Parts: sequence; C-alpha cells; structure tokens
Amino acid sequence: MPTVDLTINGREITVEAGATILQAARLAGFQIPTLCYLSGLSPTGACRVCVVEVEGARTLVPSCAFPVADGMIVRTHTARVRAARTAIVQLLLANHPQECLTCVRNGDCELQTLTRELNIREIPFQGERRLAPVDSSSPAIERDPEKCILCGRCVRVCQEIQNVGAISFTKRGFQSEVAPAYDRQLDITSCVNCGQCIIQCPTGALREHSSVRRVWEWLQDPNMHVVAQTAPAVRVGIGEMFGAAPGGIYTGQLVTALSNIGFDRVFDTNFAADLTIVEEATELVRRVKNNEPLPMITSCSPGWIKYCEHYYPDLIPHLSTCRSPHEMLGALIKSYYAEQYGIFPGNIAVVSIMPCTAKKFETERPELETNGFPSVDAVLTVREVARMIKTAGIDFLNLPPRDFDNPLGTSTGAADIFASTGGVMEAALRTAAFYLTGKELANVDFRDVRGLRGIKEARIKIGDMEVNVAVASGLANAKVLMDQIRKGESPYTFIEIMGCPGGCINGGGMPQGSNVETVRARMRAIYTIDQTKVYRRSHQNPAIRKLYEEYLGEPGSERAHHLLHTTYMARERS
Amino acid sequence: MISTTEFASIARLDNGHKNREVDLAAVDEILDSYRPLAPHALIPILQDVQEHYGFLPEAALDRIGRALDISTTRIFGVATFYNQFRLHPLGKHVIRICRGTACHVKGSAALLDTLEMELNIKAGSTTKDGLFSIETVACIGACSIAPVAMVGDKFHGRLTVKDIPRLVKSLKREDAKGAAEKAVA
Ligand code: SF4
Ligand code: SF4
Ligand code: SF4
Ligand code: FES
Repeated sequence: MPTVDLTINGREITVEAGATILQAARLAGFQIPTLCYLSGLSPTGACRVCVVEVEGARTLVPSCAFPVADGMIVRTHTARVRAARTAIVQLLLANHPQECLTCVRNGDCELQTLTRELNIREIPFQGERRLAPVDSSSPAIERDPEKCILCGRCVRVCQEIQNVGAISFTKRGFQSEVAPAYDRQLDITSCVNCGQCIIQCPTGALREHSSVRRVWEWLQDPNMHVVAQTAPAVRVGIGEMFGAAPGGIYTGQLVTALSNIGFDRVFDTNFAADLTIVEEATELVRRVKNNEPLPMITSCSPGWIKYCEHYYPDLIPHLSTCRSPHEMLGALIKSYYAEQYGIFPGNIAVVSIMPCTAKKFETERPELETNGFPSVDAVLTVREVARMIKTAGIDFLNLPPRDFDNPLGTSTGAADIFASTGGVMEAALRTAAFYLTGKELANVDFRDVRGLRGIKEARIKIGDMEVNVAVASGLANAKVLMDQIRKGESPYTFIEIMGCPGGCINGGGMPQGSNVETVRARMRAIYTIDQTKVYRRSHQNPAIRKLYEEYLGEPGSERAHHLLHTTYMARERS
Repeated sequence: MISTTEFASIARLDNGHKNREVDLAAVDEILDSYRPLAPHALIPILQDVQEHYGFLPEAALDRIGRALDISTTRIFGVATFYNQFRLHPLGKHVIRICRGTACHVKGSAALLDTLEMELNIKAGSTTKDGLFSIETVACIGACSIAPVAMVGDKFHGRLTVKDIPRLVKSLKREDAKGAAEKAVA
C-alpha cells in the first residue's frame, strides 16, 4: 500500500494514499465535525461543516471529500475554520425550530452538539422559516420536516443501502425538502419501515412513531395484564442508551428494569426464535422433500418482508411462512399462556421491545391476529424503552440481574445469534442437520456465514447432502439474490435476508450514532452469549419440547400453522 | 408567525393527488420508444410525457418509475428540480406576471405578491378548483406599459396592486356568466 506523509495541526502523520483529510485527522486524534458525511458511502461535500485549512489552497476545503497528498499541511481548527463552521451552523439554526427542550433528540442531537461545541450564543440571521406539518401517517416512522437540515444522510441510506428511495430531495432553493414524492404521506409509499434513515438522522427530523404513552397507560391500568418480550439484539444495545460502552450484555438488568416499571411478566423473544427455527427447519425439509419452491427465504425481518411484497411479489412463494419470532410469541401469549393462566386475551397487552421499527408496522397486519386479537399490541424500540426506564428513575446499569419469567423465557444459543446477520441461517443449519440425518452436529459453528459482509455464501455438508446457502443484509444486497431467483439462476437452497445492514444489531430501533465498530462490538457480544449457553441447538430447548407436547403437537402441525405461520400480499411499488 | 404565502405552500400538498385518473397509454408508448430502458433516459422521457399531457401526471411518474426501476420519489425530485417540468395542469386562466427589468422597476414584485395572496397559491402553481395558474415570465416585451400581466393572450398594462383583486374578480364573473348561459341553453 503506498503511503502519504502529511502534517495536521503541526503533527506529522503517515496514512494510506487515497485517504481523505477527515480520515487522516481522525487517525491522528483530531475531531473534525461532520453532518452530511456517511462512512462507507462516497462523500457529497454538501454541508461543509467539515472544512479545514490546507496550506496553499485558496479556499477552505471539505475534509470528508478531500484526499490527502504528500507534504500537505492541514489545520483543522483555525480562527478562519471556526468562523466558517459557525456561520454554517448559524444559517441552519436560522431555519430551525428552537424546540430543543421538548425534542426527542434533546441531549443526543448532532446539531445541538455542534452548536454547543462551537459555542454559538446567537443566531444573527433572521428570515422566513420553512414550515411543514409532521407526518405521523406511518405506524413506524415519523417525519418532522421542519427539523430537517437537508444533510441527505437518510436519502442516501434509503436509496443506496436499502434500494427503496422512499424519500428524496424535492423542489429547490428555499422550498427544498427531503420528502416522498408529491408530499405523499409515508404510509402510502413503498417505505419498508426499516428505520435506517432514523439511525442516520443527526436531528429529530426522523424518529420512531412512539408507543410510549400507550404502554404507560396499560401499565397503570389494573385491569390489564401487561406482558413484555425482548428481542435478542436489545440486550446488547440498551447499555449504550445509559452511557455504557458498546458490546456490553445487559440481559438481566433489562428484565429487572421492565418488571420494576410494572410489566406483569417479562418473556424472552428468544424462546420464539428457537420455535421459529424448529418450524422453519421443518418447513425447509418439507420443501426439499416435496419439491416446493426453493430457495426458501427467511421471514423474520418485517422490513425485508414488506420490501419483497412491494418489489418481488412474484417471488412470495419463496418466503418461509413462519411468522417473525415476536409475533409467534405474541400468538402463544394470547392463546397457550392465556388459557393456562385463565386470563381473557382481551385483557392482555403484549409489548415487544425490539431493535426494529418495521415491527411497529408488522403488528398492524390483520393476518397476524390470534383468535381476533392482535398478537402483539405495541412495539417499543430500544430507544423508547430506555426513555421509559429513565422516566421511572431507574439506575439501569447498576440493577441486580433477574431471569426471564416462565413458561416462555428459556432459550438456546441458537436464538441469541438471530440478532446478527447470518445467525438465523446458522441456527437453522444446526437444527436442519439433525432433522435430515438424525444425528447431532459435532461442531455447531458455521463461521462462513458470520461477519458483517453484505452477502455471504457457504456450501454446507449435511450427512451426504451438500447445500448451497446465502445470507444477505441490507436490501440492496437482498436485491442481488432476488434478481438471481427471478432469472432462475439462483444456486441456493436456503437464503437468509435481514432488512438492516448487519442484521438486528444494527436495526432501525437501536441506539443512534452507531458506526461499524459499535455494530461489531454488539456482534461479538451476541456470539459470546451463544458460547456460554448450555443448549446451543433450538430443538434441544426443553421448554420448546414441552410446548409441543402440551399444546402444539408436532412441528408443522395444524395448530402450529394456525398460530405460528402467516400469509403475504403483493403490494404496489411507488 | 405564519405568513399567508407559507399557508399556501402547505395547502398545496394535497393538490398532487388530484390527477391520478389519467389514461396512461401515451406513457407506455413513450416508454416503448426508449427501449431498452436505462435510467439515463429519464429526462427525455419526462420531456415527452410533459409534451403530451401538458404536465407530468402523478400516475405517469409511478409508471415511469416502475419501468426504469427508480422510485417515484427520485423522479419527483428530478421533476421538481428543473424549472422545465410542471407537476400540475395549467388552470383555466393563466395569469403571467412579467418579471423583466422594466416591470421590476415599476413594482411587479408587489403585483406578484398581491396575486399570490389573492389566489392563495404560489407562482408556478394552480388553484385547487383548477381555475387559475400564476406564472412568471422573464420579459413579455411590452415594457412601454410596465408593469404588465398577461391573462391568456390579453395584455394588462400599467397595473397597480389595487387592480389585482379587480382582475381576479372580473375573470370569476366572466366564468359565472358563462356557466349561467350554459345552464339556460
Ligand atoms: S433536532 Fe436537535 S437542534 Fe433541533 S430541536 Fe431537536 S434537539 Fe434541538
Ligand atoms: S424506513 Fe427505511 S425504507 Fe422507509 S424511508 Fe427510512 S430508510 Fe427508507
Ligand atoms: S431527515 Fe435527517 S437525515 Fe434526512 S436530510 Fe433531514 S436531517 Fe438529514
Ligand atoms: S461532512 Fe464534509 S461536507 Fe458535510
């Protein structure tokens, strides 16, 4: 690798040729503020808060887009640079509602931080402010265009990473805004509710459609039996909301906190992840034996499911009919659990605590009802539940840990890895191998399908059968595999697709402000949990065996189909 | 503090859903003429579609998006970025305000403001009832009678802000008379 020597703020440093000034400065330990920059995508140089002074250059240059050169002398915080940044931020503020006190991002807003760091005390520009109504039409994503600073991060994620393009720059000049076409409400676009735009948004312009108030009401209602369930990724993300380093595991603290704020039961979505594997592996074996459509594609990511319904309605027969794990658990809570404990399902509120915004939309699907009741009544993101825990005055990080409640609280390591891209595939292979050969695998680690690559492939030997499998995360990657199937060129038997890049550990409901390192830390935590579990194969979960014996009968039985499987519908794309 | 012009821009939001019912056969023909389709054909396609319909109907944008595998939103972004594209059909009466130098000096900005307030729309858009559109033009070439507005192909010269409500009222009266005559006949 050729290298380049340069000087930043008087410090000499050597970096790879082709690096940007921003990257070099970060390596040298100098923090340059950015707004429009998105690591991993090509820079647009739109916001210009990252400008720096380069000796010999006439104007200030945007460091996120400017490559380093040999002998370059860079200064990142001179008076001239500070003045330029201040003016840029002041201009943004002049067209921004001054609503910090009641804004959902108060305390973790990038615009606020920038204003504070630049020590801005006044906004000298006075002008017309752009006014626009909040769009709360989507059950998952709320848009507040007045708080948008037009950085374009959401636009690029939605287009380049997710291949949806539900929001884009529209109009021009003072009228420009980031919005769907014709200012359509988001719920009638083909937005898949993945929430990746929220993760990227530096301000409160994009946020989840909150269910916090509704959940508090249930918790205060003595007639309601309020049941929480938590997804695998939540336990490795929630610590960050309380200032812990990424990658901390807070399963027990989370359970304690939820029961302290008043949930009557705290169940583990992991239980249903094991159940998903048992059902899905059974379905896969059936499809292979009966010559039904292959490859079979996983169905636990509702963002992915909606994408498929909009863009690949012709390939719906390839989707596994398994409901997503939290919907399975919701269905069991409103049937099995309700019957066992003699509680009227209408008095039970199931609250799913998820790394995901797409699940907020999913719970409203009528096809997922259980005997006339919604299987899940509300979905809270990790951010929302952390806000509730703070409101309740709980010192989260120092809570004594507690176990999940039974009967729906036991899980294997195979369930934990659902949180990461490749995890569902690996978990399914552990069980499918047993179903196909009748023998347990000696080694349950499938390393080929781990890691953050967007598309992963593996050739797996099960007994004397060889299967090709693939894993994709992020919908632009999913598109590659789907186009192959459409052309009849897919070499795979089984495909796992997650809507969010990296899987649930980078879900749209996780803490904001994450980067690749954060996501990697969460991933390591997930595989650590798997390693430490007594059982690591879903079909060995004793609680699952009991559930089939007592209630469901066999995997794939009629009752299992009624409660654990679903149907899909073709949707228009726009 | 909300000014009337800002209200106008919010009110405009639902205007777009009106023109969904259009015959898209022409769009399909235009698309066919560009096969094999590639994203860079977008702008010429939009030009042809506008040529045919006089504007870009919403349903046409959806159809083009599906054909080119581009989201409607991105196409809308392109269509609203370039001045040449029109997202709404022109109203029955098109009022063009001249923004040339002579007219500017004689106060055409105030005329435009007044007209926008009177009709509750911005220049470049059409009232919800489809009666009026406001357009601005660089110079109509009638500088001797500045400031000038054109209604259809009629010139109105030496206008003052007071003339604007009168002008709008007379156009409305004309329509009402036309409608009454039709009813009688
Ligand atoms: S988005 Fe940020 S700057 Fe704007 S009101 Fe919210 S906290 Fe304040
Ligand atoms: S939720 Fe996903 S699909 Fe919807 S606008 Fe955001 S990034 Fe695009
Ligand atoms: S909505 Fe947020 S991410 Fe998107 S352009 Fe506006 S400020 Fe940037
Ligand atoms: S971060 Fe460099 S121009 Fe926006």
